[in-house]
Amino acid sequence: MSTNREFFYRKLHSLLGVIPVGAFLIVHLTVNYFAVRGPEAYNQASHFMENLPFRYFLEITLIFLPLIFHAVYGLYIAFQAKHNTSTYSYFRNWMFRLQRITGVIVLIFVAWHVWETRIAAALGAEVNFDMMAEIVSNPFALILYIIGITATTFHFANGLWSFAITWGITVSPRSQQIATYATMAIFVALTFVGIRSILAFVG
Amino acid sequence: MSEKVIELVIKRQADQNSEPFEEKFKIPYRTNMNVISALMEIRRNPVNANGETTTAVAWDASCLEEVCGACSMIINGKPRQSCTALIDQLEQPIKLEPMNTFPVLRDLTIDRSRMFDSLKRVKAWVPIDGTYDLGPGPRMPEAKRQWAYELSKCMTCGVCLEACPNVNSKSEFIGPAALSQVRLFNAHPTGGMHKAERLETLMDGEGGLSNCGNSQNCVQACPKGIPLTTSIAALNRETSLQSFKNFFGTDHTA
Repeated sequence: MSTNREFFYRKLHSLLGVIPVGAFLIVHLTVNYFAVRGPEAYNQASHFMENLPFRYFLEITLIFLPLIFHAVYGLYIAFQAKHNTSTYSYFRNWMFRLQRITGVIVLIFVAWHVWETRIAAALGAEVNFDMMAEIVSNPFALILYIIGITATTFHFANGLWSFAITWGITVSPRSQQIATYATMAIFVALTFVGIRSILAFVG
Repeated sequence: MSEKVIELVIKRQADQNSEPFEEKFKIPYRTNMNVISALMEIRRNPVNANGETTTAVAWDASCLEEVCGACSMIINGKPRQSCTALIDQLEQPIKLEPMNTFPVLRDLTIDRSRMFDSLKRVKAWVPIDGTYDLGPGPRMPEAKRQWAYELSKCMTCGVCLEACPNVNSKSEFIGPAALSQVRLFNAHPTGGMHKAERLETLMDGEGGLSNCGNSQNCVQACPKGIPLTTSIAALNRETSLQSFKNFFGTDHTA
C-alpha cells in the first residue's frame, strides 16, 4: 500500500463534488424555487428543511465536511495549473480554466452566503423569505448573488463532465462530446432555476 | 542569388542558469527550406541581423522526418517539430523558442530526460528477458494491431507536455505521453501480463494519472494524432476498477 494518497484524494474530490455536494445543490435550488410561489410557500418549505430529523448530523456529514474537503483540495488543484488559453484557445482548455476560476468564485460566494444565512441563523436570526428579500434589496448584493449562482451551476455542470471522465464512464470522444451537450443543458436549466428563484425575492 | 531574406527571432540563452534574450537573424532565402536548414545557415555564418558576429544557435535534431521527436521547439507560438516546419508556410519574422516546460540547456536545446524517466516508471516495454527461452507469445488480432500502431507512433517529442496546463514547475504530473504508453503496452498480449503493475505505477506516488485536469490540449497538439485523451479516460476506467479490485477484491492483483 502506498503512503501517497494523491490518487485517492483526487478521486474523492471528484466524487464528493457530485455526491453529496452536487446532490445538495440540486435540493437547495429546488427548495429555493418555492420562492416563485410566494413568501408563504417558501417559508413552509424552508421550515420543513429546518425541521428535518437529525438536522445537525445531516448538515455536517452531507454538507459541511464534504464541502470543506472539496473546497480545500480544490484550491490546491486550482493553483497547480499554469493557464495557457492565449496559446491554446480550444473550447476544452477554456472550460478547464473556467472550472478553476468559478471554483474560487464559488468558494468566496458560499463562504459569504453561509455567513449571512446559516451562521446568522445559528446566532439567532430567523431564516425566511424576509431575510433573503432584505439581503437582495441591495442591488449590489443581488448582482453578487446572480454571479455566485451562475458560477456555482457552471462549476457543478462542468464538474459532472469531468467526473464522468475521472471515473472512466465516458471514454470515447463521442461520449465525451455528448456529455458536453448534456452538462451544458444542465448548466442552463439550473441557472434558470437559481436566477428565477433569487429574482422572486426582489420587489 | 536571390534578394529575398528570411527573418528569424530566436530566444536564446547561454546555459541552464543564464537569462534568456532575443536575437534577430536575416538569412538568404532558398527554395524548400525548413526551420532546420535555416538554423544550419545561421551555424554556417553566425552573424545576427545587426551584422555582429555571434555564437551559433544550438538546437537538437536527428531524423529530419518527424519520427524521432528531438527537434521540437516553439515555432511562432506553437510547439512542433522544426524539421517539418517549412519556411514557405510560416509567417515572418519566424519566432523560435525552446519548449521551456523542460529544462533549457542552451538556446533551443532542451533536456527531455523526465519523459524517458516516466517511460521507465511505467515500464513502457514488454518484459521478456529471462534465463531461458520463453517460446512464442500469444498472437494479436490484426484489427488490434492496427489500433495499437497508432499509439506506438509516440516519439516522446514533448509537445503534449508543453501544451498541458498541468505540467509545470508546481506539479509533478507525468503528462499524457507516458500515460498513453501504458495503454499501448497493456494492450499487447505479452505486455498485458504486467497490466496491474503498470496501472499501479499510475496510482502510486505523486503526479500520476489522476493529476490530469482534462483540458484536452494534448490531443489537439499531438503531431502524430494519438488519441491521448481517449487513452487517459480508458486508463481512468481501468485504474478505477483496479482500485476497487485492490480494496474489495482478492489477494492477487494480476
